[in-house]
Amino acid sequence: MSGRSSPRAKYYRGSTDGRRPLGHDPLAKVRAAYDVVVIGSGLAGLTAANVLGKLGHRVALFEQHYNFGGLATWFKRRGGHVFDISLHGFPVGMIKTCRRHWTLEIAQRIVRLDSIRFDNPQFRFETAFTRADFTEKLVGVFGAERSRVEEFFAHLRAMNFYDANRETVAEVFERFFPGRNDIHRLLLEPIAYANGSALDDPAIAYGIVFSNFMSSGVYTFSGGTDLLVGLMRAELERNRVELFSNAEVERILVENGAAVGVVVGGREVRAGAVLSNASLGTTVQRLVGPGHFEASFAQGVSAVRLNNSSCQVYMGLTEGATIPFVTDLLFSSSRERFDSRSLCDFHGESRTFSFYYPKTRPQSERYAVVSSTNANWGDWAGLSQEQYEREKAKLAADTLRELERHVPGVTSKLDHVEVATPRTFGFYTQHPEGTSFGTKFEGLEYSLKLHEQVRGLFHAGSVGIIMSGWLGAANYGVIAAAKLDPYLAGLATLAAAKGR
Amino acid sequence: MTQDEVIIAIKDIIAQIAPDEDLTNLEMDVRLREQIELDSMDFLDIVMELRKLYGVQVPEKDYMELATLAGCVKYLHPLLEKKPLHCAQGAPIS
Repeated sequence: MSGRSSPRAKYYRGSTDGRRPLGHDPLAKVRAAYDVVVIGSGLAGLTAANVLGKLGHRVALFEQHYNFGGLATWFKRRGGHVFDISLHGFPVGMIKTCRRHWTLEIAQRIVRLDSIRFDNPQFRFETAFTRADFTEKLVGVFGAERSRVEEFFAHLRAMNFYDANRETVAEVFERFFPGRNDIHRLLLEPIAYANGSALDDPAIAYGIVFSNFMSSGVYTFSGGTDLLVGLMRAELERNRVELFSNAEVERILVENGAAVGVVVGGREVRAGAVLSNASLGTTVQRLVGPGHFEASFAQGVSAVRLNNSSCQVYMGLTEGATIPFVTDLLFSSSRERFDSRSLCDFHGESRTFSFYYPKTRPQSERYAVVSSTNANWGDWAGLSQEQYEREKAKLAADTLRELERHVPGVTSKLDHVEVATPRTFGFYTQHPEGTSFGTKFEGLEYSLKLHEQVRGLFHAGSVGIIMSGWLGAANYGVIAAAKLDPYLAGLATLAAAKGR
Repeated sequence: MTQDEVIIAIKDIIAQIAPDEDLTNLEMDVRLREQIELDSMDFLDIVMELRKLYGVQVPEKDYMELATLAGCVKYLHPLLEKKPLHCAQGAPIS
């Protein structure tokens, strides 16, 4: 990971991590003041900006990267390759969120995945990833009692965020399916890849996300992440949101206990309220400064645990090469038994494969496969450049060997293989420790209460596991906008009263 | 707006948000979420529609006041009394 970037630097659009000076001023058109400044363009930041723009507020959105989307992103490589980072799949609720808070066109491009597979030493099968199909599998393949399975699903659905119940995922699994490591694997492994859930996390975070998926399977965006973000940008512009990329916010300005703007690219931009889609810790400790918070609050934020990071291997097929349909999403592992910690193992035995066929981008004929593993920052952070390259090569080789098991002959059809590690995620997102799923559960409470500490300061992003993933992040953007809007209305009333 | 019109206004917003739900026989004193499929995100949308259509701000601490239709009338009527009823685009008033 590089050091602090200068505001006049940008990312190379190449295969080597690095930055170079910008040829233009990304903030040439910025105004002196807005109603709201949004920091960061992850799905939470984008969605909040759009909702607030639609409500009639003047919104500026600053993104440090050259692309908008945060981890909802993609990259291109020579040879016509396009790789999606996080388009693996999300729950059906995304359709409703996009229809209401984005556009009908975006909502209508959300389509269900045709197939999901598991392949590990404990079980191998294809599943619709719905409550009905999981019930059949749990009864028919695993021999669980149907009534017990029904009770399990009912229990998860009845979970209420406001209940004080802090039972862990492991405790719920043990209660319903004691000693059934294979069942625990079926129930948790996919969600661990979706949002970093682990056995020792509160069951509530797992239950909400799992129930969301179980309602109707797994969905994706037809056209690819590049099209999605393009359509979102167009809608933001229709709602008069001003978008600035290559624009890194250095500081959030606080006066008399209220957020009143930001310093971006060395410039002061005033705002009635600030919504940070930067990571929670960065927002409190670096952008605002802990001195503006009660000591116990600032300490609490420092103690919030980060969720894990990821490794990915991007494999692009040569133009004209094809593979038969295998599945859309494959949960693959050679590990005998399941435990959530091992999903983050350095060179672990478990990974997902997302298969991108021409149906993903109907405008293209290309095939790609993206493998993802959960990973720990600490395993990768301290490596020398030489060690780092060696470990990346090993990860690529391991991944190709596994893929070859599922798709014989695929290796000879690839003409681009590239590896991303926690260092890569850290570099591009500037998230501490390259976290790809934000914070653990306790982060949510601090995120929600930011404005009680600093008036007009709001946060939305991947926190608390629940708000992670595409749907969680987008919905959190809506939630934050719904909180911010009355605050702005209050400011307007105050200003009108003063002017009278 | 009369109290009855407040009910029409609320039902009109719900009809937009949950177009597949039958709203004809909603009970006044039973929680809306127990009568129709409304999740917490839908509820936020109702609050935001109230702001868009009628300029009414419902702060987060008051969300629970809107749990039932009777609660909606009690909380919203004083705020909507002097405002005319109009409907979200395309939604029929019944």
